[in-house]
Amino acid sequence: MTTFTDPQQDGGFRLSMLLNDTRYRGLTFQFIALLLLIGFMAFLGMNLVSNLAAAGLNISYEFLGEPAGYDINQRLIDYTSQSTHFRAAMVGLLNTLLVAVLACLTATVIGVVAGVARLSSNWLVAKVMSLYVEAFRNVPVLIWILIIGTIVQQGPSPRVYLGDDPERGLFLGFFAFTNRGLTAPAPVWLEGSIWVVGVFLASIVGVFLYRRFVRKALYDSGRLYPVFWPSVAILLIPAIVTYFLLGQPIGIDMPDVLANRFNLQGGFEIQRPLIALWLALSVYTGAFIAENVRAGIMAVSKGQTEAAASLGLRPRRIMNLVVLPQALRVIIPPLISNYLNITKNSSLAIAVGYADITATLGGITLNQTGRAIETVLLLMLFYLMISLLISAVMNVYNASVSLKER
Amino acid sequence: MSDTHSESISFVRESFLPEVPPPAAEAGPVKWLRANLFSGAVNSVMTLLALALLIYILWGFLPWLLGGNWTASNIRECREIFQGSGAGCFAVLTERWNQLLFGFSYPPSEYWRPTLSLLLLAVVIAPVLFSHLPRWLLIVTALYPFTAYWLIWGGTIFTPVMALAGVIAGYFAYRRAVERGFAVGLLAGLVVALFVWWLGGLAAASEPDSLALERVPSRDMGGFMLNMILGVVCVSLSLPIGILLALGRQSSLPIVKWICVVFIEFIRGVPLITLLFVANVVLAYFLPPGTNFDLILRVIIMITMFASAYIAEVIRGGLAALPRGQYEAADSLGLDYAQAMRLIILPQALKISIPGIVNVAVGLFKDTTLVSIISMFDLVGMIRGPILASTDWNGVYWELFGFAALLFFVVCYGISQYSQWLERKLATDHR
Amino acid sequence: MKKTVFFGAVSAAALVAGAASATTLEDVKERGKLNCGVTTGLVGFAAPDANGNWEGFDVALCRAVAAAVLGDPNAVEFVPTTGKTRFTSLASGEIDMLARNTTWTFSRDNDLKFEFTGINYYDGQGFMVPKDLGVTSAKELDGATVCIQTGTTTELNLADFFRKNNISYEPVPIETNGEAQQQYLAGACDAYTTDASGLAATRATFETPGDHVILPEIVSKEPLGPLVRHGDNEWGDIVRWTLNALVAAEELGVSSANVGEMSASAGDSPEINRLLGTEGNLGEMLGLENDWAKNAIMAVGNYGEVFEKNIGQNTPIGLARGLNAQWTDGGLLYSPPFR
Repeated sequence: MTTFTDPQQDGGFRLSMLLNDTRYRGLTFQFIALLLLIGFMAFLGMNLVSNLAAAGLNISYEFLGEPAGYDINQRLIDYTSQSTHFRAAMVGLLNTLLVAVLACLTATVIGVVAGVARLSSNWLVAKVMSLYVEAFRNVPVLIWILIIGTIVQQGPSPRVYLGDDPERGLFLGFFAFTNRGLTAPAPVWLEGSIWVVGVFLASIVGVFLYRRFVRKALYDSGRLYPVFWPSVAILLIPAIVTYFLLGQPIGIDMPDVLANRFNLQGGFEIQRPLIALWLALSVYTGAFIAENVRAGIMAVSKGQTEAAASLGLRPRRIMNLVVLPQALRVIIPPLISNYLNITKNSSLAIAVGYADITATLGGITLNQTGRAIETVLLLMLFYLMISLLISAVMNVYNASVSLKER
Repeated sequence: MSDTHSESISFVRESFLPEVPPPAAEAGPVKWLRANLFSGAVNSVMTLLALALLIYILWGFLPWLLGGNWTASNIRECREIFQGSGAGCFAVLTERWNQLLFGFSYPPSEYWRPTLSLLLLAVVIAPVLFSHLPRWLLIVTALYPFTAYWLIWGGTIFTPVMALAGVIAGYFAYRRAVERGFAVGLLAGLVVALFVWWLGGLAAASEPDSLALERVPSRDMGGFMLNMILGVVCVSLSLPIGILLALGRQSSLPIVKWICVVFIEFIRGVPLITLLFVANVVLAYFLPPGTNFDLILRVIIMITMFASAYIAEVIRGGLAALPRGQYEAADSLGLDYAQAMRLIILPQALKISIPGIVNVAVGLFKDTTLVSIISMFDLVGMIRGPILASTDWNGVYWELFGFAALLFFVVCYGISQYSQWLERKLATDHR
Repeated sequence: MKKTVFFGAVSAAALVAGAASATTLEDVKERGKLNCGVTTGLVGFAAPDANGNWEGFDVALCRAVAAAVLGDPNAVEFVPTTGKTRFTSLASGEIDMLARNTTWTFSRDNDLKFEFTGINYYDGQGFMVPKDLGVTSAKELDGATVCIQTGTTTELNLADFFRKNNISYEPVPIETNGEAQQQYLAGACDAYTTDASGLAATRATFETPGDHVILPEIVSKEPLGPLVRHGDNEWGDIVRWTLNALVAAEELGVSSANVGEMSASAGDSPEINRLLGTEGNLGEMLGLENDWAKNAIMAVGNYGEVFEKNIGQNTPIGLARGLNAQWTDGGLLYSPPFR
């Protein structure tokens, strides 16, 4: 009987073992990989150094502290042309986040509605929705942004609202839709308004508590309390009562039609570039989310629907109580990547004139300072941070949804 | 018997009644309408709303489309003809179709070359798409990249022939050396191929004009052709890289794994446009002094990196979906890593990943329009740049954007339909 | 399989690159083509026509340099660049010179390490508004929405102007001139601002140019000129003196019509003789043939001809010479003497 003895055991270590012995081969490969990586990095680094030296340039982030010198049309924080480039980048970053959050919300709503409607028993509605989904999924987002940007431009000039005797009065006396954007009255926070807001916030909590109570009552005693109208009452009545008790501490800042001859002044304005980008990203990504929702609903087996129907649930309740909660587990992961896509696609903002971070830091700042390497690296870093943040938050949510699986 | 029966029971039917048509409301179009469009109050309202929406859109769209003009020579003529009726000025398409499709620098006398390449692509892709065609046709497919390169870029035929020779030589070297291990084989193949390419490069450089088509520099590529080139080249390149990255990410070697994870997550975390900025304004600083890649090559590098990270994630999903038993079975057969992957794991994982890969491919093809932002004249770049800025067509957006959208829709919808067909086909195979 | 083509292309590119030599002039001669960076499309300055041929004021300068160096005005590869990419393209050697209505500023010259080789157009930033707005001065634009084409010094000048006059505005940054036109015409902005020459060029493409006025205020100095990389002085001199040759030719009365005749033999004017290479060896000093300036002038004409052909009064753009007249006519064009 031959006994196998591992030749290495008595032969000690030989060089060929690095390649042939599974114990060492992994190490060898990793070492080679690491060496290649370091070599590659060193190659790039040396090229960079010699190229910069040849051009007489250097890498420096000092420009971030210098005055930017340009104005930005939409600012969530204070900014003037004398602020620094860094602050301009921050304004852009906040604008990116703003449009991303807004578009995520509306895209989800559009997507869920379109996804459910695509499975509707109504033939025409289902067909119209698949037309919508296919049209948006198969055409580049840049083209949609440009098209929707052009559509949004078709509004009336603000001049029709201006002057003592305007061509057109404000819509409902409050709103103005123009090719510059949407102007609405803005609330003015006077003394005591904090209480109204506080009461309103408390009412929101109250609505949640009431809903919890309803659900508990349903599970415990089987009694079904009305939900919608009581919720509305809880939400509004206390706040309105406080508002009048405190002597109407919240005023209204109406858009001023006489301030100048070009634009409405004052009030609350959502500018056209934001509307265009928001709309474009929402309907574009909505089509993708609709597909995910449809796939998620179809992944719930028909038996579940039939079982719910045989319990006597109505179609809407079947959808809300049986199908959607199960479909959600299938829908959430692709939904996260769609949210990430919205954030990344918002970098095309400059196509409609929206000042996101690509337009400020990666656009005007880059142009003005000529510091290409620095700005592009910083830009990538910002996006990376946003992406990782969204992934992290959504993964936590995903985990909380999947935990319910038994 | 029959008599007694006929007496005891007053009436027995001996033949079927002729079938009576169902009530008018339960048959034909009426039933269909009731079931599908007007099955309830809510449904009826939704139907009417959808109908109103469709009519509204068509009301605006059809006169624009049908009343359009295809022959005017500039927008002013269009305006004169229409007198403000708002019909489409499609003459821009008839006048500038060549720029929209090929860019403004590709020599018009050579338009047949990219067109032929596209037709050939449709032919040679058939063996890949339709598995019932004979397998030897795949060789024709393998020859396609060289043919297409020669057709589109031109130059002497020796360049692609030598490149092909390098591949073949490398393949044979690999076959000879693979007995000593996969890595050795790969290395030998690579060395031989590089050597042949080097020789071939010298040969092609010494005979620049023999059997040559007119050379077209990459800078002259434009229009929809550029989108197609970028899409096809980058997807093809990113497949093998994506597979390697996916394998690396699943690997048990920590360093290799982390390199892949960092690469993939980094690329997926940033928008494509920033990578294109890198290609456009940064990459030049990282190349050896004096090298001068043209922009299209730099863009191909960055888009390929971008696509391969996404494809890697899709394939990783496929790898993870394979039952553990497949890996263990491969191990128990005594296959080494390369063999196990090549023979057992990847064929199955790739099959599962096909729909995902197609999705990435379609997405990538659509994203090639972003190159218009970095001053390349692809289809969208041509529209936004030279055509809309020209005196003749300044102000014709809907027609141009509609045309661009239509082109992309046809291609992408075709691909996704094919993918769904493939999915169905593979699904039946599994049953 | 595609991979191999890719590597082939990479190695081919590396081979080409390996052959790259020290100076730009040698590079250009070896390549047989001049790589010239231009805009992605601004009618009158640089834009491809329906057949894809580039034409315009900046394009003519590229062609003149190509004619001077290579003897062939068509040996030019036009590289379209955006405001963002132009400097990197030049710094990385992708283009040999940049003729893209670029403003000569201190920081571009010194911080970005470029060398401006002269000024081919004296410009300034202006505003265009629809006539029916009734605005007659830029100072009346308080509260207006202003479209800006990004990637120029425009944003900074605009911010400075409005801050100085203590009036407010809403900027709308736009990437391409084509889109800026579209937004302006759609009424999405009250005013459009860019270099006055660009405004004229843009207005020329409108359906009814007469409905738009260019306001009298010029809010900045915009000396536009060609630039090259810092450190290669021979090449910089070639571009500088080609431009000077075109300017001097106009002053001396040399045009594309008579240059053939004048350069056939030495004439009475020593400076013309030196310019056209019938006397002296100015070309040799530049490292070029002696008929370099003749070739340049023959190819595109003198400065005045270039101006009139591309952006002058008889073109749709219709710019007056203004500051860009010869110094003898009260303008700023003043070529150093050829001796």
